[in-house]
Amino acid sequence: MAIIRDVMPAFDLLQPSSAADAQKLLQEHGSDAWIMAGGLDSFDWLKDRIKKPKVLVDLSGIDELKGIRVTGDGVEIGAMTTLTEVAEHPEIRKNYSVLSQAVSVVASPQIRNQGTLGGNVSQDVRCWYYRGGWPCYRAGGNICYADTPVGRNREHAIFGADRCVAVHPSDSVPALIALDAKFVVQTSKGEKTVDAENYYIGPDLDITRINMLQPGDLLTAIRIPSTWAGATFYFEKVRDRNVWDFPLMNVASAIVLSGGAISRIRLAVNAVSPRPMRLKNVEDAVVGKPADASTGEMAGKLAVQGAVPLQFNAYKIPLMRNLVKRAVCGVAGQQAYGALTGDLDTQEVAWNS
Amino acid sequence: MSDRNDLKSGENPPKTITRRNFILGVIAGGAAVGAASYRFLAPRGRTYSTGERLITVNVNGKPRRVDVMKQETLAWTLRYKLGLTGTKLGCDRAECGACTVLIDNVPHYGCSVLTHTVRGRNVTTIEGLASADGRLHPVQQAVIDEQGFQCAFCMSGFLMATVGFLKTNPNPTRKELAHGISGNLCRCQDYNKILDAMMRGAEYMRDGIPAGKTLTAIAGNPAAGDDATAALARGA
Ligand SMILES: Cc1cc2nc3c(=O)[nH]c(=O)nc-3n(C[C@H](O)[C@H](O)[C@H](O)COP(=O)(O)OP(=O)(O)OC[C@H]3O[C@@H](n4cnc5c(N)ncnc54)[C@H](O)[C@@H]3O)c2cc1C
Ligand code: SF4
Ligand code: FES
Ligand code: FES
Repeated sequence: MAIIRDVMPAFDLLQPSSAADAQKLLQEHGSDAWIMAGGLDSFDWLKDRIKKPKVLVDLSGIDELKGIRVTGDGVEIGAMTTLTEVAEHPEIRKNYSVLSQAVSVVASPQIRNQGTLGGNVSQDVRCWYYRGGWPCYRAGGNICYADTPVGRNREHAIFGADRCVAVHPSDSVPALIALDAKFVVQTSKGEKTVDAENYYIGPDLDITRINMLQPGDLLTAIRIPSTWAGATFYFEKVRDRNVWDFPLMNVASAIVLSGGAISRIRLAVNAVSPRPMRLKNVEDAVVGKPADASTGEMAGKLAVQGAVPLQFNAYKIPLMRNLVKRAVCGVAGQQAYGALTGDLDTQEVAWNS
Repeated sequence: MSDRNDLKSGENPPKTITRRNFILGVIAGGAAVGAASYRFLAPRGRTYSTGERLITVNVNGKPRRVDVMKQETLAWTLRYKLGLTGTKLGCDRAECGACTVLIDNVPHYGCSVLTHTVRGRNVTTIEGLASADGRLHPVQQAVIDEQGFQCAFCMSGFLMATVGFLKTNPNPTRKELAHGISGNLCRCQDYNKILDAMMRGAEYMRDGIPAGKTLTAIAGNPAAGDDATAALARGA
C-alpha cells in the first residue's frame, strides 16, 4: 500500500519546448535523467523513493510531440498525445477502432486525460515486489520474489520468463501490434523506426530494461500504416475492476476476411509475458481457414502451447485459450464495444459469454 | 508573467544575469543549438532548471503568485500554499479521485500533476464553482437537493469530475455519466445517491435551478440556509 510521505524528494525539472532540446538534455544528463510525459507511471516511483533521478525532463511543453495527423499512409500519433485524444479521434475510431477500444479501457478517465500514448507503451512492469523497491533481478539484484512457492504471482507471466516473471501491463500495445504500428525513436545515432513488437526487450536480453530505449533516447511518434484500415477488429480486456485495474490479460486482432475465410490476420496478447506477445504461429495456422468456432478452438489450443504457469496463475491458460479463440472467430459478433458507448453492461456481457 | 519562457534560475547562475546577456554569452561560446535551445545550455557541470520557483498559476479565475518547489504536486500547492483545502488528498497515487480539479476545463488528478507544468493554465477547484455573488453551481445545488453524500470526503472530486464531464456531454444517460465519473471512488459507497445528485445537477445545468431552491454560499446570509451550504461551497 502506498504510503503518503510528504512531497517527493527534490529533483531538477527541465522543461524543453522542442524535441531536439529534449534529446539534447537527455543526452547531457544520461542516466541521471528521467523522461516525464503525463507522469502517471513516473510519480509512484518518485513518491515511493524507489527511483531517484536527479533531473526530470518534462515533455509536456513540446507541441510538436502532440496530436494526431492523418497521413497519406495511415495516421501518425505524437508520443505526447493523450489517451483520451487517441480514444476520441474520428479517423482512429473509423478505421483503427481496435486502438480506440484498447485505450478507452486504460485506467480511469482522469488518467486517460493526462497519460500519453508514448508513456503508455513505455511504462514499466507492475510487479509489486519490484515496484515496492525489493532488490529483485529486474532491480539489478539476485532473486525473484514473485517466482517462489509463496510469491504473489496471480498477475504474472505464463510465457517468456527468464528469472523475471513480470508481465507487460499495457492495454494499448497489443492493439498497436495488431495494427502493425511502427515506433519512431530518436537516438544519439539518429532516427530509428521499429515494429511495435520489437520495441520491447525480454529479461533474457536485458533484465533491467523493458524496452529498447537507452539513456538519451526519445520516442517521438507512433505510425499506424493504412494496411489494416477498416479491417475486422477484436479487442478484449479482462480485469478485476472495470476502472483503474491493469489487464489480467488482453487480446487484440485485426483480420481481413475474404469469402468467409481469413485471408490476413495479426494477433497479439498482453499481460502474459514480460514482452507483449505477437502470436505469429497462430496467425500462420489460421490463414486460409474459415473464421468459425473450430478454427477458433484450434487457434486457442495452439496459442497456449508451451505455457508455464506459476503457483497462482494457472487460470491464465484457459483464459488465454478462450480470448484467442474469440479474437479469431468472435470477430463477427463484436460490434460496438461497451467502453466506447459508455455502456458497461455490454462489456460485462462480452466477458461472461 | 511567469511562463515556460522564464529565464532559468539554477543553483549557480549569477543572480543578475539577464536573458540577453545569457544568450549573448551562449552564442559567444559557440554553443547555441537552435533558437529555442539557449535556455538549456549551461556551462559544464551546472544544471539550469526551469525558471523561478515563484510562478503564476491561474486558479479559479485569478492569477496567483506562489512559491512552488519543482517536485510539488498541484494538490499540494492548492491545499498547503493557497489554502484551498476543498481539494482532498485520498491516496496521492491517482487511484481515488478525491483530488480531482479541472485544468483548462479537463478533469485531472491534482495529486499527480506537477504544479510547474500548469504555469499559465487555468485551474478550477471546488472553491471556484459557486458564482461571485455566492450562488451555488447547479451541481452543488443538486447535491443539497438530493442529499448526495455521506461523509463527503469524496465530494469535491466527484463534483469536479462531473462538471468537467458535463462540458463534453451536457445531456448524458445515467450510464454515460457513471462511466464519465468512474475515476472517482466513494468510501461510503452510495454510488446510486451520488449518481442521482449528479444527474439532477446535469438537469439543473440544462434547465436552470427551480425557483425557490437557489441557495447562496455566504455563511451568515439568511438566504444561505445553513452552515452546510457554506461548507459545500468550500468543499469542506
Ligand atoms: C492507478 C493506475 C492505473 C492504471 N491502469 C492502467 C491500465 O489499466 N492499463 C494500462 O495500459 N495502463 C494503466 N496505467 C498506466 C498508465 O496508463 C500509464 O502509466 C500512462 O499511460 C503512462 O503515460 P504517462 O504519459 O503518464 O507516462 P509517464 O509516467 O510520463 O512515462 C511512463 C514511462 O515512459 C517513459 N516515457 C514516457 N514518454 C516517453 C517518450 N516519449 N520517450 C521515451 N520514454 C518515454 C517515462 O520515462 C516513464 O518511464 C495505470 C496507471 C495508474 C497510475
Ligand atoms: S517478477 Fe521480475 S520484477 Fe517481479 S520480483 Fe521477480 S524479477 Fe522482480
Ligand atoms: S488523491 Fe489523487 S487520486 Fe487519490
Ligand atoms: S461520501 Fe464518504 S467517501 Fe464518499
